[in-house]
Amino acid sequence: MKQFLFKTDTQKQFIITITVVLSITVIALCLHHFIGYRVVAFMFLVGVSVLAMFLDIVPVLLAAFLSALIWDFFFIPPRFTITVGTPEDRLHLLMYFIVALINAVLTNKIRRMEKSIQDKDEKEKSVLFYNTLLNSLSHELRTPITTIIGSTDNLQANSNQLSEKDKVELISEISIAAIRLNQQVENLLNMSRLESGIIQIKKDWCDISDLVYKTLQRLDSNLAKYSVSVEISEQLPLFKLDFGLMEQVIFNLILNVTQHTPEGTRIIIQAECIHNKLMLSVTDNGNGFRENEIHRAFEKFYRLKGSPTGGTGLGLSIVKGFIEAHNGSITLENLSQGGSKFTILIPTEKSFVNGMHNE
Amino acid sequence: MNSHLILIIDDEVQIRKLLTITLHSHKFQVIEAASGKEGIALVSTKVPDLVLLDLGLPDESGHVILKHLREWYTNPIIIISVQTHEEDIIQALDNGANDYLVKPFRTGELLARIRSALRKAGGEPNISVAAFTDLSIDFANRIVKKNNIVVKLTATEYALLSLLARNDGKVLTHQYLLKQIWGSSHQNESQYLRVFIAQLRKKIESDPNRPSYINTESGIGYRFTGNKTLL
Repeated sequence: MKQFLFKTDTQKQFIITITVVLSITVIALCLHHFIGYRVVAFMFLVGVSVLAMFLDIVPVLLAAFLSALIWDFFFIPPRFTITVGTPEDRLHLLMYFIVALINAVLTNKIRRMEKSIQDKDEKEKSVLFYNTLLNSLSHELRTPITTIIGSTDNLQANSNQLSEKDKVELISEISIAAIRLNQQVENLLNMSRLESGIIQIKKDWCDISDLVYKTLQRLDSNLAKYSVSVEISEQLPLFKLDFGLMEQVIFNLILNVTQHTPEGTRIIIQAECIHNKLMLSVTDNGNGFRENEIHRAFEKFYRLKGSPTGGTGLGLSIVKGFIEAHNGSITLENLSQGGSKFTILIPTEKSFVNGMHNE
Repeated sequence: MNSHLILIIDDEVQIRKLLTITLHSHKFQVIEAASGKEGIALVSTKVPDLVLLDLGLPDESGHVILKHLREWYTNPIIIISVQTHEEDIIQALDNGANDYLVKPFRTGELLARIRSALRKAGGEPNISVAAFTDLSIDFANRIVKKNNIVVKLTATEYALLSLLARNDGKVLTHQYLLKQIWGSSHQNESQYLRVFIAQLRKKIESDPNRPSYINTESGIGYRFTGNKTLL
C-alpha cells in the first residue's frame, strides 16, 4: 500500500516537472523575440528553483537537464540544433546547467535538514508528554492502590490484633482510595477521548438550572463545608448542549475550586444569556491564582504550586477541551476584591419555550 | 419474603463473586453464567426472577443477548455496563432492559434497583391511588395531592406525572416520554419535555432544585423514585 502511494507520488512529481518545463518553453517561445534567448535561461532557472522547493531531488535534476536541453535546442542560435554557435553561449549553457544543479541539490539539502529538526522536535515533545503522564500516573494511581493493598493486608493478616475502630477506619480508607482511583481513571479516559479526537458532541435541549443542580448533587460531600449559591434566572432560555459533557465541565470546575480554596469559601454559579451565547461562570472568594501561573491553569498536567495531592493536573484541561468541543471558550481571572472567576461562553441555539404559558 | 432467583451473566469472576456475596447476604438465590451462551441456556432451564446482564461479554454483545432473551423472557433484565456512552444505555432500554447500572456502582444502588424491578414484575395490583412520602396520586379521579393539599396540574402535566409515577423506579428515555405524551410527530421537540418537567417539579417537589421524585438521568431521560431509599 505504502509502496503504491510512493509510486504514484513519484509519478505525479515527474508529470509536474515535465508540465512546468514545457509550459515555460511555450511561454518563452512566444516571448523570445522580445526578450532575447538569454533571458529565457533565467525563466528556466526560476522554474527549476521553484520545483526544487517542493519536489524530490530526482525530478528536479530532470528539470535542470531537460530545461538545459530545451534552451539549447529551441533558443540558442543556431536554433533547432544541438550545436551551440559561439564559445560565449557554450559557457552560458554550461553555467546554466551548473547553477540549476547546485540550486536543486542545495534546496533539497536544506529541506531535509528542516525535516529532521522538525521530527526531532516532535519526538522530544511526545517524550516529554509521556514522561509527564507516566510521572503523574505512577504517583496518582499508586497512592490509592498502595492504600488499598496495605489496608486489605492489615485486615487479612492482623485481624485479631485490630480493634473494631481500626477495622472500620481501614475499610473507610479503602473506600476513599477506590473513589479517588475511579476519579483518576475517569479523567484519563476523558483526556484520551480528547487526545484521540473522537469526542462526539450530542447536543440536545438543556435546562441549565437542572444541569447545575444535578452536578452540585454529585458534589454534595465535597461541598459540605463550602457556601454555594446558584444565580440563574427562571427566564433563562433552554440551550442546546451535550448534557453529559457539560456536567463533567461543571463538576471539574467546582471540584477544582474546592481543591484550591480554604473551607468556608463562598462559591457562586451564574448563568446568563449574553448576545445569543450561554455565559456560565463559577466565582469564588478564595485566595485567587498567582499572576505568573494563571495562564498555565488549563495546561495539561500543570499543577499549581502548593496543590493538594489527589489531582492529575488534568481536570481543567478536560474542561477546556469539552468547552472547545462546543466551539466555546473559557477564561480565568483574579478578582480585584479577591478570589477568582471562571467564565464560559458557548455560542449555541436557544429556545424560549419555557417563557410561554402552560399549553 | 425474598428467595427470588437471580442470574448473573458476566465474564469477570471477581464481579460475579462480589455480586453473589452481596445478593446472598440479602437472601437472594444466585446462579452464574460466564458467557452469553451459558446465560441463555440458564434462563431457559431455570427461568430466574431477574437477570443481571453485562453488556461486554466475550462471546456475543450483551445487546444481542438482550434482544434474544426478550423474544420470550419477560422477567426484569438489568444491564450492567462499563460503558458510560448514553447511546449504549438508551439502546439497551429501547431493547427491553428494565434498568441499567454503570460500573463501578454502589451495592446499595444495585439492591435498590433489583428490589424496584422485582416489585414491578410482581405485578402491583391495579392500584387506583399511589401514595408516596408527601405525595399521592389518585389515578381514578386524576387528583394529585402534596401534603394533603390538591395540586392543580394541566392535562399534559398530569399525563407526564402519572406516566412517570406508574413506572416508579424505572428510567424512561426522553424519546419514550415524548412519544407517549405528545405522539410520534413531536419526537424531536424535547424542549417541551424540559419545560414541563421543570413546571412539574415546582408543583410537586419540596425543593424543585433538589428533586426527590423526578430525577434527571444525564442525557438519557427521567426516573421517578417514589420511595426515598433509592440512591
